[in-house]
Amino acid sequence: MNRRQKILAGIGAAGFIGIGLFLALAIKPAIAPVARPDVALSPALVAQGERIVALGDCVVCHTAPGGRAYAGGLPLKTPFGTLYTTNITPDRGTGIGEWSFEAFRRAMRQGVSRDGHLLYPAFPYIHYTKVTDEDLRAAYAFLMTRTPVHAPARRNELPLPLRFRPSLAFWNLLYLREGPEPATGDAPAERGRYLVEGLGHCSSCHTPLGVIGGEKHRESMQGGVVDDWSAPALDQLAAAPQPWTAGQIVDYLRTGLASEHGAAAGPMRPVTENLGRVPREDVQAIAAYLLTLQKPLRTVEPPAPPGDQDQRIDRGRQVFAGACAECHGEGSPMRGAMGRPALAMSSAVFGPSPRNAVMTIREGLAWPSQPGSTTYMPPFADVLNDRQIADVVAYLRSTAPHAAPWSGLDEQVAHLRENRP
Amino acid sequence: MIELHVNGEAHRLDVAPETPLLYVLRDDLKLNGAKFGCGMGQCGACTVLVDGRPVFSCLFPVSSVGARPVRTVESLGTVERPGPLQKAFIDHQAVQCGYCIAGMIMRAQALLETVAHPSEQQIREHMSPNLCRCGTHMRILAAIREVAAQGRLPGAGPQKVSA
Repeated sequence: MNRRQKILAGIGAAGFIGIGLFLALAIKPAIAPVARPDVALSPALVAQGERIVALGDCVVCHTAPGGRAYAGGLPLKTPFGTLYTTNITPDRGTGIGEWSFEAFRRAMRQGVSRDGHLLYPAFPYIHYTKVTDEDLRAAYAFLMTRTPVHAPARRNELPLPLRFRPSLAFWNLLYLREGPEPATGDAPAERGRYLVEGLGHCSSCHTPLGVIGGEKHRESMQGGVVDDWSAPALDQLAAAPQPWTAGQIVDYLRTGLASEHGAAAGPMRPVTENLGRVPREDVQAIAAYLLTLQKPLRTVEPPAPPGDQDQRIDRGRQVFAGACAECHGEGSPMRGAMGRPALAMSSAVFGPSPRNAVMTIREGLAWPSQPGSTTYMPPFADVLNDRQIADVVAYLRSTAPHAAPWSGLDEQVAHLRENRP
Repeated sequence: MIELHVNGEAHRLDVAPETPLLYVLRDDLKLNGAKFGCGMGQCGACTVLVDGRPVFSCLFPVSSVGARPVRTVESLGTVERPGPLQKAFIDHQAVQCGYCIAGMIMRAQALLETVAHPSEQQIREHMSPNLCRCGTHMRILAAIREVAAQGRLPGAGPQKVSA
């Protein structure tokens, strides 16, 4: 063999190994269907599973608006297209009724469906992979004892190359680190780490995503955008004008409402409704862990305020007086009798982006689905025009301590209106 | 001075810009159909249509209306000639104390002007912001269903002024 032939042979061999590796990663065998769940479904295990499934927020994504719980069908808007969540009730034809525990565990650990096709990473298996076998078994027992619902998967709306699922093998190579990461001790913060990084998959929303939809690990928990809402940074809780206490984090996560901070809105709200159902010590553990992540305030150079800033604030004050003050003004029943904080304290008002202030004004907060909560706000999308929303947001921002005016407010308001008809 | 288009008529009013639209309708224009219920956008007794959309007029600064046309229950008919929804509400005896009814009718009007034959679920979802303390919701729904079965209600048409 001459030198040229050797090089060609080398390239050939490398290519062969590469293709082999790709096939090994991309092609997964089907796991045989089972006639009935192959885990003993004891009431104790099912009860434990209820807690695990609530901590994993499964029902939030796997339920369509107005649809049956766990039957899937919720559209997930991603930068790549719209995905529809699938049915995880134990229906044999359209759900996971024929899944063995091993098939369930493989899906959670590797993002592979029972029949062997790769699942899209909108399903947070890169986090669920960290969950222990014991907890996965409990979750399986709980899901397999739900009422089966016949609900075929809806067709995803994705461009052609992304419909080729084996290509997800490359994504997994970059982002999936398979294997459980149980708590290594009894400290609440250690239990919290297990819950936040595994079941809770908090960083799926609270970490910015890169161009191919993977979490930017260097900016872990520095805040992201989901469904047009901003998911605030979770490493700046101690840097808020009124630093969050562990008790306030627990209240917020369990009831959707924290004194001195305000109410959960947008996609966070159903998360808090779920966490209201798990034992308090789990949420205390989450709070303890989050408080270990705190970093000093990341300041950005404040942009020059718009030239008409003073007039804006004056106009915004007027809008506030007519549309907001009845509830949010000083001396209003909500501020007085109900003890709600001034909007200046809300992270939607002092945070780095005006997104959540604009979103909340436009869409309001729907009546809670749970009894006990009283958080509600009517939508103002049909009341205030773009300029008035921008003005009132500029006014609110001017009331927040040490907060520079937001730039690009008009563009943000117009963008969110166009994005959410 | 603020110019306001209400039920097809233009008015020039000397009111503070942050005044809720509801107060202007009731106090200045003497249109007392829309009611003050909670004043916090929670009950819907104050519902009127602005540019065809149902809104809580208690939380609506009058200066925000601009050129958009406002419609109140008074625009739908008279005692002698009630409009389709008003007639259906009377026929079904959907009124007990009546306080919520103007708001209920206006919210239903907005739906039936845009959706020809709304489903039961659409009707219920659309009507959910408005509350009736007497509990006549079932009769209210029956009245709306009857009009819905007849098809789309004519909108205000020529009244519509672009903003």
